[in-house]
This record gives sequence, C-alpha cells and structure tokens, in this order.
Amino acid sequence: MRVVAAMSGGVDSAVAASRMLEAGHEVVGVHLALSQNAATLRESARGCCTIEDAGDARRVADVLGIPFYVWDLSARFRRDVIEDFVQEYAAGRTPNPCLRCNEKIKFAALLDKAVALGFDAVATGHYAQVVERRDGSRELHRAVDPAKDQSYVLGVLDADQLARAFFPLGDTLKSQVREEAAHHGFAVSRKPDSHDVCFIPDGDTRGWLTRQLGEQPGEVVDTDGHVVGRHRGAYGFTVGQRRGLGLERSSLDGDPRFVVRVEAPTNTVVIGTAELTGVDLVVGDHARWCGPAPEGVVEVGAQLRAHGEEVPATAWADGERLQVRLGRRVRGVAPGQSVVLYDGTQVLGSATITSAGRT
Amino acid sequence: MEESREQVAAALGARPSEIVFTSGGTEADNLALWGTLAARRDADPRRRRIVVSGVEHHAVLDTVDFLVDHEGAEVTWVAPDTDGVVTPEAVRRAVETDPGSVALISVMWANNEVGTVQDVEAIAEVAHEHGIPLHSDAVQAVGHLPVDVTGSGVDLLSATAHKLGGPMGVGALALKRDAALVPLSHGGGQERGVRSGTLDVAAIRAFAVALTESVAEIDPEAKRLAGLRDRLVESAVALGGGIRPGGFWRPGDLSRRLPGNAHLLVPGCDGDSLLYLLDAAGVECSTGSACQAGVPRPSHVLLAMGLTDDEARGALRVTLGRTSDDGDVDAFLAALPAALERARRAAGAR
Repeated sequence: MRVVAAMSGGVDSAVAASRMLEAGHEVVGVHLALSQNAATLRESARGCCTIEDAGDARRVADVLGIPFYVWDLSARFRRDVIEDFVQEYAAGRTPNPCLRCNEKIKFAALLDKAVALGFDAVATGHYAQVVERRDGSRELHRAVDPAKDQSYVLGVLDADQLARAFFPLGDTLKSQVREEAAHHGFAVSRKPDSHDVCFIPDGDTRGWLTRQLGEQPGEVVDTDGHVVGRHRGAYGFTVGQRRGLGLERSSLDGDPRFVVRVEAPTNTVVIGTAELTGVDLVVGDHARWCGPAPEGVVEVGAQLRAHGEEVPATAWADGERLQVRLGRRVRGVAPGQSVVLYDGTQVLGSATITSAGRT
Repeated sequence: MEESREQVAAALGARPSEIVFTSGGTEADNLALWGTLAARRDADPRRRRIVVSGVEHHAVLDTVDFLVDHEGAEVTWVAPDTDGVVTPEAVRRAVETDPGSVALISVMWANNEVGTVQDVEAIAEVAHEHGIPLHSDAVQAVGHLPVDVTGSGVDLLSATAHKLGGPMGVGALALKRDAALVPLSHGGGQERGVRSGTLDVAAIRAFAVALTESVAEIDPEAKRLAGLRDRLVESAVALGGGIRPGGFWRPGDLSRRLPGNAHLLVPGCDGDSLLYLLDAAGVECSTGSACQAGVPRPSHVLLAMGLTDDEARGALRVTLGRTSDDGDVDAFLAALPAALERARRAAGAR
C-alpha cells in the first residue's frame, strides 16, 4: 500500500514509519505544520509545532531513506481545533483537542489530502490496535501498553476513517519502541514524551485562555447560591477542579470544595463538596461509531477522560445522542470531554458529554 | 588567493581591492547592511533609515529586522509592482520623504523566487543624487546575467559561489573603495580589515574558477536557458485552468528575468501537493525558496506583489540550470497535467 506516515518529530511516529516500511509498504513521511508562527530552538518536551520538530522528523525520514514533506494544515488546525477549543471553554465546557485533531485533522484533512494525492492510508504513532476481521471490517482496540494506551483519543474515528488508518505501535511497550528507535539510529530515540496541549507550549491553559478571551470577573457561589469568592473568568474552571478556586473563606465544615458546575451564561462557577461532583448518568451528543452503531441497550465499559479508568456501564444510542448509565458514581465528569465506550478491549465509539447527573 | 581575487574582480567588473571574501551571500548581506548602517550613523547620527525593497531574500529582510530591533535602525519598505519590479520612482519616493535620514538603500539584482531583474543602474542614480550608498544582493544574478559593479554604480554587491556551480560556504562582498563600512568581525585584519578571519583558500579558488567559467559562457547559456524557460512557461500556460507566470515574463527576454527561472501561479492547487506529485514523477522543483523549508508559509515575495494568501499558495518554481535540457522540460510538461488534476482534487479536501 501507499502510506503517508504522519511524523511529528517524536520517537513514536518515527518508529511507526519505520515499521510501515519494514512491513513492505511504500511510505512517504509527512510533517504537519499546525502552527502559523512556529517557535524555534525551544526545548521540545511537548511540541508538534516547532521547526525543531520538523527538522527531527526530516532527519528520521533521511535515515529511513523515504521521501519527506511538510504539509501546511495550520489554517484548518486553527479553525477546527484551536478556535473550537476556545469556544468550548467560553461555553463552560472542557474540550479534548486531541480527539478533535484526530477527527478533523489527522484522519480528515490529512487523510483526505493523502487519498486525493493517490495514497491508500495514513499511519501514526498512536498506541492503539487495529484488528482486521475476516470480512475485511476493522476493529479498534486498546494498546497492550496500558500506560500509553491512546485508544480514548481515537474513539472519534468512524469506520471509513478506521479503514484507512494504521497504528503500528499498538502491540508494543513504549520502552521497546525507544529501544527500536535507538537500534535504527534515530536521534530522537531519547527525546522526551509530548504531553499537554501542543499549541499551549508552557502548559498554562488558564493563562492562554485569558489571553484569548480577556479577563471576565465573576462570582464563585456555593450550591445554595451564596457568593463565596470571585474569579477572573469562568472559562478557566473545569468540573471536579479543586485547586485555584480563590475562596475568600474556607468552608464551615473544613471539607475541601470542588467545581460542581460552570455556568457560562451568568459567568458563574458553582462549587460544592466532593460528594456533589459524583455522577452516574451521562448524556452526550455528536456520537461517532468505529463500526455499526449499537442497537438497544448495551453493556459496555465507559471511559470519561484521557487516562481515566474504565467504569462498567449500560449505554443506549439514539442517532447522534448517547445516554450512559454508569455502574457507580464517578467524580469530575466535565461537559465537553468525551465518553468513549469499550467492549472488552474493543472501542465501540464515543460521544461528547453535554450533561451529567444522577439517576 | 590573490589570483582568485583578481579573477573574481574581473568577472564582476570591480577592482581586486574591492573584493572582500566571505562565507557566502548571507554573510555578505549582513556585513553590507550592518556595517554600512554603523558607519553612516557614526558620521551623522540622523542617518539610521534603511530603504529596502519588500521582495528581498531573508538574508536581507531578517538582517533589516534585526537592525530595527537591536541597532535603532528605521526601515522604509518599498513595495514592488505586480510583476515584482521595484521601480526607481518608488525608491525615489521612499528616499525623498526625508533624504537626510537615509543610511543606505538595498535592492536585490534579481529575485530568487520569481526571477524579476531590477533596474539597479537607475536605482543607483537615484541613490547617488542624494549621496546615499546602494547595496544590491546579486546572489541570483552573478554568473547568470552580466553583472558589472563599476558600470552599474552599485556601492556594495553580494555574491555567492554555490549559485553558479561553485562550492557551498564561500562568497564575496564587492565593496567600492570609498564605501564607508564598519567591520563586524575583528582580529587579524584580513580583507582590508573589513572581515578578519583566516580564509578558506581552496573554496575561494573553486569560487573563482566557477565564476570565471560561468561568466565566459553567460551569453550562449542565458539564451539556451531562456529558450527552455519560455517553452516551459508557454506550454504550461497553454494547459489553461488560469495558470500564469509569476513575475515579469516576455518570451525571448534576456535581461528582465533570470533566464533559468520559471515561476507558475496555479489557481486552485496547493504548491505542496504539486511538489509531492511532481517529485513522485521524477521532477524536482520547489514552491518558493528553500529557506522557508521549516514551515511552509505563503511567499512574502508574492504577497508583496499583491497576491492573496490563497493565490500565493499555488506557486511552483522551476529552476533550469547548466545540466537542464529539452528532455527535462519535456518530462516536466508530461508530468504536469496529471499532477494538476490530482492537486486540484486534494485542494478540494483542504
């Protein structure tokens, strides 16, 4: 097959590209330029946006002897990921930009362009497994390395996207991937893992949002409506958050307080006890299925955030809408995050959480 | 080395004492701009404005930005017309807002992306009316077009070896004997005390040989390349779909566009898609200048010429050189229609 290997400049995508090549595919390396003013010479612990990263990716392609290109998808990335990220926070929700990027950029803008240019598929360094069944249909599964499993952020892929996706690292431990990179002589074999949001280089999401949205002073209230503090922008808060609440007085009972709700229309942050943040009924929209949509009520495992634990649940889908009843209460379920459904290790699909409550 | 200096001087129409060897065009540009600004400002503190064209190579653009940010310089950018031509009148207007504040003028001899050749002689006249030195980055022109330092009236001129078949890492700044210049590197006082540091004699020797040979063959080679260029552009434009040449272009012209530069603006296509498709078909070309290889941005040259971001994205630059022949042009023209069709489809996915 003719395959585009998306090469971020990190160790995972480097080994993914080399494995596609070893499997006998015709591989072309592509680095996505996602930032319109890429930083230079920054110690790259979390980037996919620096000229240094593009250079690292190019060097790996050189070592592999494959053609390499930089494709500018920065306008699409700005519109579909960054602006969406800002709007979601402004609406009081907590988006996951990695899911968004996989749905709209890597397996849409990039994949569509690759297919139009004559390629068959896109390979990335995500830790997840694609299992091909006898009838040719494909299933998405968790990676064997539980610490690195990234199936959650791929839960937005539909069957058509999955049909053209390769994740060559899903059967391997991260430590082995680094060894393999060193064996190939890739200079990136010891490069630090990326983490956080790639377009917020210093990791300070609240500060970054403040620069986008401006300060919007408002009130922090308890669940009875009493004002207990002030904030500089409700968009800076996430359901389940405990730190940085800026309370003027500690609660009477001395128990810690958490964000229970973010009310964007009134710019209000509502706090309460830990107990109040526990929910067992989750409603989502924008449901996406990796295969056929499940019919009726199904027994599943539900994961409610990246690196969150899986909870037994029952789910029923109705078009774009999804309702999930959790087997036990879970704290800190934030609207805007995705609920990803599993059957064993298999990813069934996902939906964006719109509300969470109690049965 | 002195023999090489004489050869380089002869090829550029300068005196041997006017040749300062450098590590290449970028160093020559930095030395010319910074050194002249410093010397002129020392003589008269008011003279700290640089009048510079908007189509310069980054070696000039970024040096000017640096001088503004760190050396108290001011800058007046001179916009080109839609063909990329920086007219002497436009330079005059920029200078005459306040001639006494101008430290120097810098306008490139020929543009690296769209190939447009500037009327350096007429611009030098404007500069000299006001007693202002003119620098010209002639990296693209030397060895490809007649370049005469003395005849053109230019005061400082940058050249590099690797654009004319010489090795990488060596070039020169031609510097009129009366040009005021503060040195940037200090030490042993080599190169008239303007550029201290031990020189790479082997590279300089190769530079001189390559320059001498390419200058000796300029006339027939320019004619040959312009013929290939014109056939390439005419055939590409004849494919329709709104394809047009970027920069000044007239069939048969040998003086107003680099003979080996073909530049195409292809509406509805991303240059990077075309680049991949042509590459896969065995044709090597580029979207703009190699220095933008980090992150592809629409070319500042095309934007300065008045193109929109979208128009500038569909740019394809084909450079023809000594080893290019009719077979190469045929191969390009054979690969182009299919590449255009696929690239247009890919642009729909953008």
